[in-house]
Amino acid sequence: MSVRPTRARRARLVEAIMKVVTGACVALVIGTALFVLGKIVAAGLPGISLDFLFSKPGMGMRAGGIFPVIVGTLMLVALTAVLVLPLGIMAGIYLAEYAPRNLLTRIVRLSIANMAGVPSIVYGLFGLAVFVLLMHFGKSLLASALTLTCLTLPVVITSTEEALRQVPTDLRQAALALGATRWRAIYKVVLPAAAPGIVTGSILGLSRAAGETAPILVTGAAFFLPTLPNSVFSQYMSLPYHLYVLATQVPNVPPEITWGTAFVLVAGVSVVSMIAAAWRSVQRRKVKW
Amino acid sequence: MVMSAVLEEVAMEAPFSGTGRSRTYAEGAEEISGSFSLTDVSVAYGNETVIAGVDMLVPSRAVTALIGPSGCGKSTLLRCFNRMNDEIGNVRVGGTITLDGLDIYQKSIDPVDLRMRVGQVFQRPNPFPMSIYDNVAFGPRTQGIRKREELDAIIEDALRDAALWEEVQNHLKKHAFELSGGQQQRLCIARALATRPEVLLMDEPASALDPISTQQIEDTIAELKDRVTIVIVTHNMQQAARISDQTAFMLRESMDQPAHLVEVGDTKRMFTNPNDKRTESYITGRFG
Amino acid sequence: MKVTPTETAGQRLGRTTRRRAAESVVRVLIYAAGLLSIVILLAIAVFLFVEARRSIAEVGLGTMLTGTKWFPTGTPKIFGFLPLIIGSLMVTGVALVVFVPVGIGAAVYISEFSAGWLKEVTKTVIEFMAAVPSVVYGFLGVAVLIPWVKTAFGLTSGMTALTGGLVLGVMSLPTVISISEDALHAVPDALRQGSLALGNTRWQTAYKVVVPSASSGIFAGVMLGLGRAIGETMAVLMLTGNAAVIPTNIFESVRTMTGTIAAEMGEVVFGGLHYSVLFSVGLVLFGITFVINLAADLVLERQRKRWRR
Repeated sequence: MSVRPTRARRARLVEAIMKVVTGACVALVIGTALFVLGKIVAAGLPGISLDFLFSKPGMGMRAGGIFPVIVGTLMLVALTAVLVLPLGIMAGIYLAEYAPRNLLTRIVRLSIANMAGVPSIVYGLFGLAVFVLLMHFGKSLLASALTLTCLTLPVVITSTEEALRQVPTDLRQAALALGATRWRAIYKVVLPAAAPGIVTGSILGLSRAAGETAPILVTGAAFFLPTLPNSVFSQYMSLPYHLYVLATQVPNVPPEITWGTAFVLVAGVSVVSMIAAAWRSVQRRKVKW
Repeated sequence: MVMSAVLEEVAMEAPFSGTGRSRTYAEGAEEISGSFSLTDVSVAYGNETVIAGVDMLVPSRAVTALIGPSGCGKSTLLRCFNRMNDEIGNVRVGGTITLDGLDIYQKSIDPVDLRMRVGQVFQRPNPFPMSIYDNVAFGPRTQGIRKREELDAIIEDALRDAALWEEVQNHLKKHAFELSGGQQQRLCIARALATRPEVLLMDEPASALDPISTQQIEDTIAELKDRVTIVIVTHNMQQAARISDQTAFMLRESMDQPAHLVEVGDTKRMFTNPNDKRTESYITGRFG
Repeated sequence: MKVTPTETAGQRLGRTTRRRAAESVVRVLIYAAGLLSIVILLAIAVFLFVEARRSIAEVGLGTMLTGTKWFPTGTPKIFGFLPLIIGSLMVTGVALVVFVPVGIGAAVYISEFSAGWLKEVTKTVIEFMAAVPSVVYGFLGVAVLIPWVKTAFGLTSGMTALTGGLVLGVMSLPTVISISEDALHAVPDALRQGSLALGNTRWQTAYKVVVPSASSGIFAGVMLGLGRAIGETMAVLMLTGNAAVIPTNIFESVRTMTGTIAAEMGEVVFGGLHYSVLFSVGLVLFGITFVINLAADLVLERQRKRWRR
């Protein structure tokens, strides 16, 4: 009888220790994230002004603002969205609504999972070989957007499929029973019901794309341009590449310019995707089916 | 026999022409339409035959109840009538099912056309996530009806037939999810009626509802049956006795055997004087 | 009761045909989009190989893979990948030491010990960490970590494999935590209850029952984190100093495969030998991550099947 309480006490002690140890891991993660966020806000916010956001860089990037950089990023993301959304949503529909349970579908899924893990610089090489050189788009918005389309596709596909799968089968059946064709049932009933999930998932994917540097480094981002891009075949400036340039390529940049650029990038990319993620989890809980 | 030969001929002349639809909805029409005939019908999921040897007639403008213990394939049989089993995949339907003499499983039949004639109401209310109006308008719009006045008229008719009009006539733009469960199910009935079907299939339409809503659904069924053929699956014997004209009792006697039809006949007769011992046991609550 | 005017059979038939045609066009488009991912993945492999062909012919794959020197612009040009491969492995190794214990530890705490609100907080935090662009991590490393490593270890330069590895470890954490947490979460509660009812503490339950049950998912999480670390470009490019010498310890500067491609692709002649060699590097990188991802996915799929029933 006397052994048991001791063993139980030791088990409790080990539990307490491990709780502290694993808890410390969580604390470390949260602490790191807070540090990243805090540092960027603290050092970046002072550099933010209307002038900074709406003027061109000057004096070899050591003065002025980042207006063309922001515009270039927005154009790139918009073009990527135009390309990736139809393709990704259709592929998601294929997986959720049409794909038979067979080897081919299994291979499609494997490919998508694998695409998500291909290093972004490899996408850059692919874009350089195919879009820049083979298709003669040159280093341009279009070549970069096509490259980012490949990179973002898995995210859009998987979030579309997931959103569609959350729509109850009953709704599809009801539409079919009313004499709707498969496509009409999907287009008029299932897709609208899944729209919030698809939209937020796509925003997540696109905001990640907006923060990518390596693929655009080799497919079209410019160090500096005196004018804004005027067609999809123009080169462009971009926030992540600009930050890289300021941080490593140009000596003696005033810190508020570099930190300000980092702040705008994080605010634009991370905050947007975080809001999208939060909204998605709210939506998931709210819908009652 | 003579009758069915005549029917066959009529059907051959106008397979799936528009006349069938208006005919059903016209009040007091004398023609017979919306009647099913099943001959040696069987259903198999993959290699497993789950229903076999079903022979029965579903008379038009009457309520036929399918009863039987859970898992006996009532719902599966019901889904044969509008070929919804096609959508599940790996399901094969054998034998012959004719709607007004027309074999609905023949190659030239598009299930989409069939389903415009044979509507379905599901076990749980499943309104689309859109307004009440758009829910009911879904079927007509699918059929290509776009004119506002025409749609309005169809929707009012359908909602009246489903006994929902009084409650929602001033809230047609409201989201369907704001309705109560019973209202949602009547909305689903209205939605099915709006395609002007000849047959309405109902798969335990009241099982997810409270007693008052159940009563309203049953009243609606009683109202509808002189215009639409109704086939209803129910596990509730009293309900079958209350609302149906004909009852079919299905049973799957063991898991190695497919389900079959034990007895089909006039509801009153069946509930008072069943031919089969198993029917009697089931009705009196000895199993299932 | 109103009666709608009926159409002739011919009109309806016409619509049926049109509807069927539209349906089949849509079906073709959707199937095409569905198969696109296979096409892209294949195309990546094919085009990497096509562009790498010249270097494989002129330098030789064996020579490149086993070469110990990387002088792409010297005379003679020497293209040995070992410094780059070892550089990548060393940085990834450091990252592994960071993200495996911290990631799994955090996942276990979140899944087994934490309150609901903390779960929500950590979820948001992880979303945020995953969303921060790699160039920002690189920049923070340049601004904060490089000076710290330099003074803390008394080095002449803070640009080391250690610096890059630490940042990579942090960057891989979201992947590892979220996938491991999913795997732990998927373990049925009945197993936990069973263990607790036997008088095990929560930790014993986690250690003896839950973690082993979720081990394949956790393994997949680690593999995916590893894939992310090996393939990461910007942060290592900015932090490791990029000296193309085979490193002997983690306090030396290293040059990774990804960093090499990113740094040198801007200076090569398109279609030239150096260009082609960089595609060979890409091909090696693609091969490594492909195997890692495939392994992770196969493991994840098996786990999904296990808990489905």
